[in-house]
Amino acid sequence: MSFKRKDLLGIRDLEVDEIEHILEMAASLKEINTRTIKKVPTLRGKTVIHLFYEPSTRTRTSFDIAAKRLSADTYSITASASSLVKGETLLDTLKNLEAMKPDIFVIRHTASGTPHRMARHTSASVINAGDGMHEHPSQALLDMMTILEHKKRLEGLNVLIVGDITHSRVARSNIWGLGKMGAKVILCGPKTLIPPEIESLGVQVCYRVEEAIADADVIMVLRLQKERQQQMLLPSLREYSIYYGINRERLGKAKQDVLIMHPGPMNRGVEISPDVADGPHSVILDQVTNGVAVRMALLYLLGQK
Amino acid sequence: MVNGEEHEGNWILRNGRVLDPERGLDKVCDVLVLGGRLVDISPHFDLPSDRLSEIKEIDAAGKWVVPAFVDMHVHLREPGEEYKETIETGTRAAVAGGYAAVACMPNTRPVNDCAAVTEFILDRARTRGSCHVCPVGAITSGLKGENLSEFGELRDSGAVAVSDDGRPVMSSMMMRRALEYAKTFGLLVISHAEDLALSAGGLMNEGPISTLLGLRGIPAAAEEIMIARDLILAETTGCRLHVAHVSTEGSVRLIREARKRGIPVTAETAPHYFTLTDDLLMTFDTVYKVNPPIRTSRDVQAIREGLADGTIDAIATDHAPHSAVEKDTEFEYAANGIIGLESALPLILALVREGILSPLDAMAKVSCNPSRILGVPFGRFRTGAAACVTIVDPDISYVLDADSFFSKSRNCPFHGHTMQGQVVMTFVDGKLAFSRI
Ligand SMILES: [Zn+2]
Repeated sequence: MSFKRKDLLGIRDLEVDEIEHILEMAASLKEINTRTIKKVPTLRGKTVIHLFYEPSTRTRTSFDIAAKRLSADTYSITASASSLVKGETLLDTLKNLEAMKPDIFVIRHTASGTPHRMARHTSASVINAGDGMHEHPSQALLDMMTILEHKKRLEGLNVLIVGDITHSRVARSNIWGLGKMGAKVILCGPKTLIPPEIESLGVQVCYRVEEAIADADVIMVLRLQKERQQQMLLPSLREYSIYYGINRERLGKAKQDVLIMHPGPMNRGVEISPDVADGPHSVILDQVTNGVAVRMALLYLLGQK
Repeated sequence: MVNGEEHEGNWILRNGRVLDPERGLDKVCDVLVLGGRLVDISPHFDLPSDRLSEIKEIDAAGKWVVPAFVDMHVHLREPGEEYKETIETGTRAAVAGGYAAVACMPNTRPVNDCAAVTEFILDRARTRGSCHVCPVGAITSGLKGENLSEFGELRDSGAVAVSDDGRPVMSSMMMRRALEYAKTFGLLVISHAEDLALSAGGLMNEGPISTLLGLRGIPAAAEEIMIARDLILAETTGCRLHVAHVSTEGSVRLIREARKRGIPVTAETAPHYFTLTDDLLMTFDTVYKVNPPIRTSRDVQAIREGLADGTIDAIATDHAPHSAVEKDTEFEYAANGIIGLESALPLILALVREGILSPLDAMAKVSCNPSRILGVPFGRFRTGAAACVTIVDPDISYVLDADSFFSKSRNCPFHGHTMQGQVVMTFVDGKLAFSRI
């Protein structure tokens, strides 16, 4: 199949065969990253602009490495998204950059829906590198790629996502992606961190992590932001860690071949204990490696036009 | 159609379907206006031929002839945000929508919390306005929630009510005192019911769609808890309460039950709350961002039932103009608000076509009901009174074009929609204030 989209904004609007196509492409491009000369001329002469309105080192670096390995020229712009910072509007910034004829914008923004709005205002391709609490499609794709590598399938797997679902775009994109690919998604966390009526997205919710852990083929541990305590969502990080932290003892009840994943950056000792993060079940660094391959695939597919 | 301009204020509107909800009149009649005053409504006036040249005759056959509308909830943005709207442009939008009177909310800059601002608004309305403007004063000075405004002076300078619209009174004690102090001066208290702690950071209705979009939700409870509080305070104090922009099923239920028990409460809703549902936000289009937020189809259904059984007395527009600076931005940072003066009528007529409201009931929601609640002399046909009349073509079908609006702002979610029903002419105090012909 050919990839006909101008933009990659979310997993929710992707078809199953599109997801498969991206994952196959990523698997074949991954090999480039192991060569001594890690560069192919595929996107030579193409311009990629990273427009980041939220601090992010790893996602930006991952996209930048992916683009450079495909020989694209890349530029990074980081700015503050605060509405209180008056000055040029985001749309003006976009229009000015567009006048310099880039081919692809990689956009991250703290406000949900912003890359979608940008995509409507530019003829260049837009890749959503994370918007608010909405979607983070490249993360879900690299997660699916990592699971596939280890489990050889997605269909029929039980994937447990533990933590702050409400504020997590990673959780939302994975709910869509894993659901489309036939996996069963179970969410676990205190009710204060589970958004209302999330079951309408086709997932199950469970408040006791011990109950959910036994059947899980994959456990995705989400980062818990320290400020949740101030938002009346949690009494303390300590109690969160006691009831929801993934540690070696809890993992004793899990399947022998369970995978432990984390989108990073980790709060060691809060949502995940160091021995689990670095333990035999952890595929956290595979996720990072696959991130480059998935982003190469996205840039390649959108850069072909 | 019009015989000439030399005799200002003398009109005969022939053969229209005259609807006067206050007295239940629904009949094909002539309406005679002389010297700007309503003389009479009668099946047929024979005018002596010598007077014919002095009276402009208008053929209203096939049209509705109704008391010009009263909008009890608009934001005119003047003073302070004249780039969004002014009293001049807002009232021109009003007459184009069939309104002869609008009540403007106090969240201007400066806030309308004293006689000086109220007088300024009334003065502007007199010199530049196209219709009557009824200022609503702030419940607390600066809408800060700290000190009561001077209700006595507000009333004496022309305010018709007090409200916390834009910045809800969070202290129950302050609200209690406001109800009691307002009663002293016979002023109505209009409540914008929102628990700010529950709605904090909220961008849209809380539910499956907000969860899916990753937009923080505003739960129905944020509205319902404050309505419940205010109803209890109205009962405790025996003071009259009006609830603005009712948007949820639970709010309708609370108000219905309170009325049954005799609590002195009235309520309004806005066309977007009985027309739109929150799945429209799937495109992140900021034109749908409004507070209270657009809710679910269940809520829309409940609002319609509340209108039908009289729980909701009035339809106001909550006309809230914003410029592209506030609206053409990231969803999270976009301002709340929808303009409504020039799109309300066809949306109300849709309720008539769907059998939810009779023509008389529909017209009552925008004429005698809001004027009765506010205690203003508009929205009814009274012999001898200054004639405020609107002629409506209930059947005409057209595509709504917000670019043709008189309002300075364009934040209308119905732009491009096919509508049925349009205001043809609006008379304010016997003068033709708007004509589409
Ligand atoms: Zn309000």
